[in-house]
Amino acid sequence: MRHASVNVAYRNCRVALAVFVLHVGFSLTSAWAESKHEHMELDSGPIDQIGPLQPGSRARETEAVPEQWPPPVHDEKQRLFTLVDVLEYRPGSGGGKRREDYRWDVEGWYGGDYNRLWFKSEGQQDTAFKADYDADFQLLYGRFLWKYYDIQVGGRMEAQSFRGSNVTRGLGVIGFQGIVPYNYEFESALFIAQNGAVSARLSYTKDFLLTQRLIFQGRFQTNLAIQRVEEFTTGSGLNNLEFGGRLRYEIRRKFAPYIGASFERSVGETATLVRRQGGDPSQVRFVVGVRMWF
Amino acid sequence: MDDQVISRRLLLKRAAALGLLASTQRFLSACTATSLLPTTQTGLHASTLSGEVIDLLIGETAFMVDGRAGIAATINGTIPGPLIRLQEGQDVTIRVTNQLMEESSIHWHGILLPSHMDGVPGVSFRGIQPGETYSYRFPIKQSGTYWYHSHSGGQELRGMYAPIILDPIEPDPFQYEREYVVMLSEWSFESSEVMMDHLKKSSGYYNFQKRDAREFVADAARLGLWSTLRDYVMWDEMRMDPTDFADVTGSIFTFLMNGLPPAGNWTGLFRLGERVRLRFINAASMTFYDIRIPGLTMTVVQADGQNVQPVAVEEFRVGPAESYDVIVQPTEDRGYTIFAETLDRSGYVRGTLAPRTGMEGKIPERRVRPLRTMEDMGMKDHRGSHSAHAVEKVVTQPSHDHDSNHNMDHDESSHEMIRQDNHGSSHSPIPGIIPIRHAFDHHGTGNQTVAEYSQSRMHDPGRGFEHSTRRVLVYADLKSLTSDHDQRAPEREIELHLTGHMQRYMWSFDGKKYSDTPEPIRAQYGERLRLTFVNDTMMEHPLHLHGMWMYLENGSGAHLPRKHTVVVKPAERLSVVVTADASGPWAFHCHLLLHMEAGMFRVVEVSTNE
Repeated sequence: MRHASVNVAYRNCRVALAVFVLHVGFSLTSAWAESKHEHMELDSGPIDQIGPLQPGSRARETEAVPEQWPPPVHDEKQRLFTLVDVLEYRPGSGGGKRREDYRWDVEGWYGGDYNRLWFKSEGQQDTAFKADYDADFQLLYGRFLWKYYDIQVGGRMEAQSFRGSNVTRGLGVIGFQGIVPYNYEFESALFIAQNGAVSARLSYTKDFLLTQRLIFQGRFQTNLAIQRVEEFTTGSGLNNLEFGGRLRYEIRRKFAPYIGASFERSVGETATLVRRQGGDPSQVRFVVGVRMWF
Repeated sequence: MDDQVISRRLLLKRAAALGLLASTQRFLSACTATSLLPTTQTGLHASTLSGEVIDLLIGETAFMVDGRAGIAATINGTIPGPLIRLQEGQDVTIRVTNQLMEESSIHWHGILLPSHMDGVPGVSFRGIQPGETYSYRFPIKQSGTYWYHSHSGGQELRGMYAPIILDPIEPDPFQYEREYVVMLSEWSFESSEVMMDHLKKSSGYYNFQKRDAREFVADAARLGLWSTLRDYVMWDEMRMDPTDFADVTGSIFTFLMNGLPPAGNWTGLFRLGERVRLRFINAASMTFYDIRIPGLTMTVVQADGQNVQPVAVEEFRVGPAESYDVIVQPTEDRGYTIFAETLDRSGYVRGTLAPRTGMEGKIPERRVRPLRTMEDMGMKDHRGSHSAHAVEKVVTQPSHDHDSNHNMDHDESSHEMIRQDNHGSSHSPIPGIIPIRHAFDHHGTGNQTVAEYSQSRMHDPGRGFEHSTRRVLVYADLKSLTSDHDQRAPEREIELHLTGHMQRYMWSFDGKKYSDTPEPIRAQYGERLRLTFVNDTMMEHPLHLHGMWMYLENGSGAHLPRKHTVVVKPAERLSVVVTADASGPWAFHCHLLLHMEAGMFRVVEVSTNE
């Protein structure tokens, strides 16, 4: 009966047969290697082996899942995430008083659901907080702590210009990051410098959807310090306040050009230090940039 | 250049496939299964496979959707794969050859069979390695509409699914002159791995129906500024998105009916006055469908392949992996649209029942995207009218007075309602009909919220039907046609909480994803077990138990419907009874593909040892 049906199929398949003849020489070698299982069935006799387990061997069936098998689901994948939240050009303003400059705020992680290696970097120039330029880089171990929050521990390198020369320092970091009620993305960090100076940074961002792709991001950042560190234009107490608004258009979810404005102000001792360095401790700047992630 | 690479790769694969087939002398039958066609055949099943021995070939095939070509993983070269039609009582051997470059598998969804034939890599076997042929062999002990699909990674979403019809020994208890399989699915040019990556990094990635300023203005004009503001702020306060109905939406999915997009207009022909049986199978990986045929009443006769007492409805919701058989009787000389709109309303697929080819029915107006409510959150103060109504309904049914009062007398903490006296009765208590307060346990770090109060929502058709004037199927409508021989009260209850974290895109049971707990759920062979599911998340989850029926405790006494997949709504408490009559390890998981892959998966171990 099987032969009869094969014959019928054979008649229906002459064209295919011709194709087969053309290809058979080409594919024979690889097919041979790949199909040891097939050859066992060539005689169309009863199949002795049914799968990796012998039917009826109850002992095997009730055994725990053999360890050499692959997992049924793959829920432990490690991923790499990079968010370029701010990458912007700030045109000069104040009648040439403030030069045009650039700014970035990038962060990301590599890891799974619970443990992540975080990296963060911020760079700014001629802001109300930094007279010339300032750039930092952080490398942190992050642990998913509870519901909405990650705790992060690691190090930070900071470089800045001070009286025309480069100064750098290393800092220890304890960070706390997540989403607070009312859907604000929240990022905080406590920094302890080599010399023991303690400072902190706190920032919030929140998205408001004007349309599904036109999104307004509100942004707030502040820095605080215990000790005065003149080389890093840090006064004791509250250092600065910054409010920003950036209106982006998500051409793709991952790629969104934006325009915006930033209101910055250094306060107290910090403002004095910024002024002494030739900076402007109170600024309103317009920005053009792109937000992206991958 | 990418295209060239792909086409060359495909060509090589096909050439290799030919060689392989030749060497097994089985290339002829495979030819007839269209594996040589340049693109997949769609529409009504290109082939139906029957008999004692069936050969399936898993391979890559180009698939055209709306003029664009993608690479699909297919069974015998088509989407859906070939219909397998078998007879209850027969034995079958199905030889599956894997021509992919990666491991593959076929799982026989809803079929009762030995554990090692179930086709779940890592649970029932090792998987089918590239180039390997795996022979499944099992007896057919049931009848109805089922399906089969890959259980390996994202292959199901890439096209590896197909229907199974098991014809009964006894004739069907309903009549029809014609039948069609209507298999719903979805296609995406993005792989499930890429989707997962997007969602892990940005959980709202595919949702383009979020609340925005325009909607706020419209709501404020309608409901007043103050209450609108309060509502928006409240959702923000909870860090929840009330528009989250589908993780992956019509923004990248093309929804398919028997492999055809809406423009393809799959058509089933009928003669006027004929009764047509439509076997709806939701083979979608991530999509809930709401199905209706304007102008026709659908009589539901089977759910998950099992006969139920006929229920006439105008619309029903089918979760991923569920199936419903309905009978319709079109009497007018026109095209009737089979309209399947997605739960999140981001898209639809349609087909047509028509007396002649080339006809089209009117495509119904699309509905607006629903919103989550406090009821979905399981907040006590905001218990929805549906549930309150449901309680009332039960209380006022005469045969129910005793049971309901009995339940009402209990305080919230005592939810044990194991009863001995439901032999032969047509009613039984619905576990969770009274709201039950959540225990202190918040299921750990990876769980976002808990339903403060959970309760049965079986009388509730679900979100999106709030303003529907149509008769929509609810779980409480399903009553098995026959009463099962096993009417024992469950000896033991296991409560499982459905947990997850939307922002992190983590999904789990009891706050633990699969890789956190290798320890299986254990049952003794022959045991009668109650599984109570409590959905602490804000999404519907279709839960699928392999190998054994779940008797849905929906109040229908000795006629509890048998299901292989049950949809649990947000904040719902739903119980099923299982007779552990199949030994071995079995998969139990959420049938939303990405939830499963994210870890919403457990092994149920039925042991024969003392």
